[in-house]
Amino acid sequence: MLADAQTKFKNLVWPHEDDPKERLLLDPIPQEEMNQIMLKPMLSASPAYWLVVALLAGIVGVCLFGSWAYMIRWGMGVAGIRRPVGWGVFIATFVFWIGISHSGTFVSAILRVFNAEFRRPITRAAELMVTFSLACGGLFPIIHLGRMWVVYFMVPMPNQRQLWPNFQSALVWDLLAITTYLISSTIYVFLPMIPDLAMARDHTTGWRHALYKFTSLGWRGTEYEFHYLHKALNIMAFAIIPIMFSVHTIVSWDFAMTQQVGWHSSIFGPYFVVGAIFSGVSAVITVLLVVRRTMHLEYFLRPEHFDALAKLVLIFSLAWTYFFFNDFFVEWYGGDWAGHKLLNFQMHGGLAPYWYAMLFFNIVVPILTLWNKRVRNSPIALFLITIGINIGMYLERLVIIPGFLQRNRMPFNWGEYTPQWPEVSIAVGTVALFILLYLLASKVIPLIPVWEVLEGQLSHSRRRIGKTVVTSVAELE
Amino acid sequence: MSESTADGHRWKMVIDLDKCTGCQACVVACHAENNVPIVGGEEVAMGRSRHWIRIERYWEGEYPDVKARFLPMLCQQCGHAPCEPVCPTFATYHSDAEGLNVQVYNRCIGTRYCANNCPYSARMFNWFEPYFPSPLEQQLNPDVTVRGRGVMEKCTFCIQRIKRAEDRATSDGRPLEDGDVVPACAQSCPTRAIHFGDLTDPHSQIHELIESQRAIRLLNEQGTDPSVIYLKGGESHAG
Repeated sequence: MLADAQTKFKNLVWPHEDDPKERLLLDPIPQEEMNQIMLKPMLSASPAYWLVVALLAGIVGVCLFGSWAYMIRWGMGVAGIRRPVGWGVFIATFVFWIGISHSGTFVSAILRVFNAEFRRPITRAAELMVTFSLACGGLFPIIHLGRMWVVYFMVPMPNQRQLWPNFQSALVWDLLAITTYLISSTIYVFLPMIPDLAMARDHTTGWRHALYKFTSLGWRGTEYEFHYLHKALNIMAFAIIPIMFSVHTIVSWDFAMTQQVGWHSSIFGPYFVVGAIFSGVSAVITVLLVVRRTMHLEYFLRPEHFDALAKLVLIFSLAWTYFFFNDFFVEWYGGDWAGHKLLNFQMHGGLAPYWYAMLFFNIVVPILTLWNKRVRNSPIALFLITIGINIGMYLERLVIIPGFLQRNRMPFNWGEYTPQWPEVSIAVGTVALFILLYLLASKVIPLIPVWEVLEGQLSHSRRRIGKTVVTSVAELE
Repeated sequence: MSESTADGHRWKMVIDLDKCTGCQACVVACHAENNVPIVGGEEVAMGRSRHWIRIERYWEGEYPDVKARFLPMLCQQCGHAPCEPVCPTFATYHSDAEGLNVQVYNRCIGTRYCANNCPYSARMFNWFEPYFPSPLEQQLNPDVTVRGRGVMEKCTFCIQRIKRAEDRATSDGRPLEDGDVVPACAQSCPTRAIHFGDLTDPHSQIHELIESQRAIRLLNEQGTDPSVIYLKGGESHAG
């Protein structure tokens, strides 16, 4: 039965040639079959899987923690940062991961609030990215400290020094915003997981059963429980959206609140939020494509979902272009000589290769390709384009942070910045950490919210009226 | 903020650019007085030269009609210091008693945010553990902390000398007089280009110098209210 279902959906042609209405999962299969499609890849692991896990764990151990320990032993000087470039690859990578973490919230919370039906199967995979990318990004504010062993000086807690942190400092806002986001997004990913954990509990034995029994909090699936779950989800979805906006706005304020040329811009808040969602939604596509392929989730993840997500990416590419142009144009028109030096440094100077590559990946490629339905329906093209967008967005952070810092209002103090191996190694290490956490989670956490898919199918049915078939919708909430 | 507060001192420095020959005696004196380690050629080539005061050299004009201009650069002890609000741990804050921008090494966690926000790039970071090759470790100034790695540091206007002069005046039972405090850079300047004094003292030499038509403040348009006043050099001034 399961094998039938799997071969059936593996053979779906991409682009889909069947009735397009079937794509939004309006071809229900028995619930048990859905459960099995989800559980089967979770319960078995190939030797290749363990090989990849071991490899990634090795990279995390050596590149991330090894290099970090080396840096703690010898001092920040082993990194390439120097006067006047106080922040380099570390802070760029930090902003990159916080940007990726906007993926899940945007895809999940905003689409949930707007009742977008196509969100149902993709929310969980996106929400997990929030937690894991925050775990990676949250390391950097600690890593980049000259004395990371006194990081608790930033935490507002009673202490013998009788000192509170300076609440005027954007870094303290940053700490508070990111902790709030980490806690709320963890609750937000956990809540809709409860029914699926209960489903997994009912299908497993041994340690898994014990684990799921504990984490599903005694879920029995009664109407009463679902009523309150929906209520809680609704509250969390609305509450987490302003948190998401505030987090990246505050991250942008780390820069915009200073007097540094190029950073001191009132548009940085929305510019960074849009950039974060742009890179985040692209990363969701990349991850979902890999998950779909490796875990055989073709039944749940349809071309339609990728099509819709790719349209979102296109919209955010246009929005990012708007903000980029606005920021650039105002700086240019303003005529401040230091600003002009900085613009020249981007267009003709040392930053030019990164700057033009950024424009290529973030503007040229998505806008020229994603309007085309054939591109949006091609997994390989989407994979390459979304990877490219995240390269472009990483370059944007590199240009803005260590790039802009190389120029200031005193030409004698201009400087150059070349990243050194510990910085690159630690950045690569967090990429490995992210993939490793996701790989491990894919064996423990059901990546598709099966109950939400089922709910969507129950609330939609296809009725024949006269000679046409239409989709009927029952409003659940 | 600095000048509006009635109590305390308002320490100011006046540097006459016409008198500065760029000899760097101030740089050496500062290193000796404040236990600033010599970082070595490799680090300097990387852009990590560490001097609390440095001579910035700017070229003026086109070759062959070219002139070198020297600009001694140190922490400007801003009245509205951009470095102060950004520090998450109050490691850098404004001392109302002295009108100075002070750095508490033990509170510093090394975010380098203050250095990013300093328009004068006057803040120096301890990238590695400081190293004083023998016999330099024998001449460390006992009045000044040797800073460990991972903290920010910068010119203090020789606050240890200010404190010592204040203590001496108190024990002599007299108010602080103009000339009681001489920072290491001013003391060593062979052309006496550097003047130092308290603006709240109406008889100080600083008062007169600050009124000069040649007086300028660096990047004043940034609203930092610097306490270092330069007397403009070159042909452009009226006297």
